[in-house]
Amino acid sequence: MRISTKYWTLLFLAALIAVTPFFFPSGYYFRVGSLLFVNGLAVTGIVILTGYAGQISLGHAGFAGIGGYACALAPVHWGVPPALAVVLGAAVSGVLAYLVGRPILRLKGYYLGVASLGFGILVAMVLNNERALTRGPDGIEVPDLGLRGLLKDWGLNLTNGEFWYVVTGICLLIGAWIALNLHSSPTGRALRALHGSEVAAGTVGIDVARVKLQAFVISAIYASVAGSLLALQNKFITPDVAGFLHSVEMVTMAVLGGVSSVPGAILGAGVLTLLPQVLTVFAEYEQLILGLVMMLVMIFLPEGLVPSILRRLRGRDE
Amino acid sequence: MKKTLTTTVPAALVALGLATAAQAEIRIGASVSSTGPAAFLGDPEAKTLEMMVEDLNAKGGINGEQVELVLYDDGGDANKARTFATRLIEDDEVQAIVGGSTTGTTMAILSVAEDAEIPFVSLAGAIDIIQPVKTFTFKTPHTDRMACQKIFTDMQARGFTKVGLISGTDGFGASMQAQCKDVVGDYGIEIVADETYDPKDADMTAQLTKIKNADGVQAVLNPGFGQGPAIVTRNYRQLGIELPLYQSHGVASDSFIELAGKDAAEGVRLPGTALLVAGLLPESDPQKPVVTEYKAAYEAKYNQPVSTFGGYAHDGLALVVDAITRAGSAEPAAIRDALEATSGLVGTTGIYTMSPEDHLGLDLSAFRMLEVKDGGWTIVE
Repeated sequence: MRISTKYWTLLFLAALIAVTPFFFPSGYYFRVGSLLFVNGLAVTGIVILTGYAGQISLGHAGFAGIGGYACALAPVHWGVPPALAVVLGAAVSGVLAYLVGRPILRLKGYYLGVASLGFGILVAMVLNNERALTRGPDGIEVPDLGLRGLLKDWGLNLTNGEFWYVVTGICLLIGAWIALNLHSSPTGRALRALHGSEVAAGTVGIDVARVKLQAFVISAIYASVAGSLLALQNKFITPDVAGFLHSVEMVTMAVLGGVSSVPGAILGAGVLTLLPQVLTVFAEYEQLILGLVMMLVMIFLPEGLVPSILRRLRGRDE
Repeated sequence: MKKTLTTTVPAALVALGLATAAQAEIRIGASVSSTGPAAFLGDPEAKTLEMMVEDLNAKGGINGEQVELVLYDDGGDANKARTFATRLIEDDEVQAIVGGSTTGTTMAILSVAEDAEIPFVSLAGAIDIIQPVKTFTFKTPHTDRMACQKIFTDMQARGFTKVGLISGTDGFGASMQAQCKDVVGDYGIEIVADETYDPKDADMTAQLTKIKNADGVQAVLNPGFGQGPAIVTRNYRQLGIELPLYQSHGVASDSFIELAGKDAAEGVRLPGTALLVAGLLPESDPQKPVVTEYKAAYEAKYNQPVSTFGGYAHDGLALVVDAITRAGSAEPAAIRDALEATSGLVGTTGIYTMSPEDHLGLDLSAFRMLEVKDGGWTIVE
């Protein structure tokens, strides 16, 4: 009787999240950890879309922007509690993804990449220019989630960094769990089938357009929740979160770690979140080093870090 | 580059835990936007801070204590700025922070600094930073509202009552546009045309033509930042508009004249700081020694002209150093109290006198109305 890879992965991830804080020399590491988890969550969504279904989106930051600004605007304008604003943002992102994806995903090829690119830029433009609502490029304050105060009343006194480390860590675990479950579900199988060959998938009775649309909507919701978590922990958000560079960053993280594997993508998010922090003293060369790492991975480990390394290890075992 | 290498290698070793630096008693943190879209702000700021701390330590530090500057580049990204602010406070354990080149990064640092009760001197313009007053947050640049007031005072003196406005849609332009429209009524001036352009636009003739044809327009004001105002100025001359043109303090640097071209920039007025006209100040001017010294030191070290933005960083650090000296202590709370009690500190931007109600401490007199003449700046009084 063996435990499936899925539970090993989740168990390992949970242990890692729970144990590393004991080695943190200062509160700053909780902040980096929670940033890593937020990025990891967004990138897990990319795994579902790109890794499972083989579709590329260059506008996922747009959904992160919607999630983030939902937390900034809904509580102030409509009195929605911040926690519910996360759900609202996710719902809006999901519906928008459905509307954008529905016509586009009927087409073959890279139309989704181009359409999502346009979508992301549009969201960023709206956030930048609708000054009356979003306060423009200078950004806007986000109300406090309120949960930390509640925990304090119950006698659990966490610092801001610790609190967000726990919240984002739990969210990442849930996100990874859903994504791993999806992998072996009928929908996941359908997604992977169409990744292999759309024609073959169609022939065996998979509604290709519908399944692709599902993947797009799910990954949009991941990005939106990640955006919300970022906004809530920063208590401040600027339109940069919806910028094109952020979209590219998400795809880069996924590809670096291994786009077909959830732990791989999370590792990719980890590397690209930690690298700029480690490289602060080389700030001038940061882009250069990132580019070099990316190129080396693409040349020597084209599937990304985790899948390639796992394959090597397994190969050696046999 | 040579300098970068010698300072980088030991710093890298520290980061990797391979060497332990002698911990200075006074640690000042900074997160500025040395790279990215706001690099023209952050780059001179970073250079100024490095230069001043080096100089300070060579002179024996503050109250006999050496000063360590912990400097990060947030690339103009508010999210990164928040992470670096957390790092400065939690990991580097700094006693004060100077930085936040843009309003976005400042707002991100501000909430961390207020939470941790660490004094923070911002280098960004928006009025929201200090209004309402936040306990631990101070700032050095004038607000855009003050720039509007200075410009409208000058327009009023020249008898203009109808002006056209052409603003960039970036954070700076849009914020100043809103502030100008808010105060313009106090000066009996009416805005008869209100146009905007995207900061990346390469041509503003359409908007300027519209302003030119506005009924009774007597002068034009361009709140903006970066290359936009230079293009506006060039287009303005190409269209043969004879009305006086006012630019904002956002382009108060020699590079503006270079970008717009000497001929096109001729006659442009803008509110600037004493730093830009250091050589033209009368000997009796209290700011003269400070700006001359800073300008000489900076230009000798980096072989680049000084900019107003570097001046903001100069004043930010000077405020903190002055506060620590007076407090006789580098405890964050003591620095904060001393900062608030700053009185008559002469900086490059103006003379600072803070109070519990005013965490900027400058008035309109800190601005000089400047005019471009023969490719250089002159003071209009």
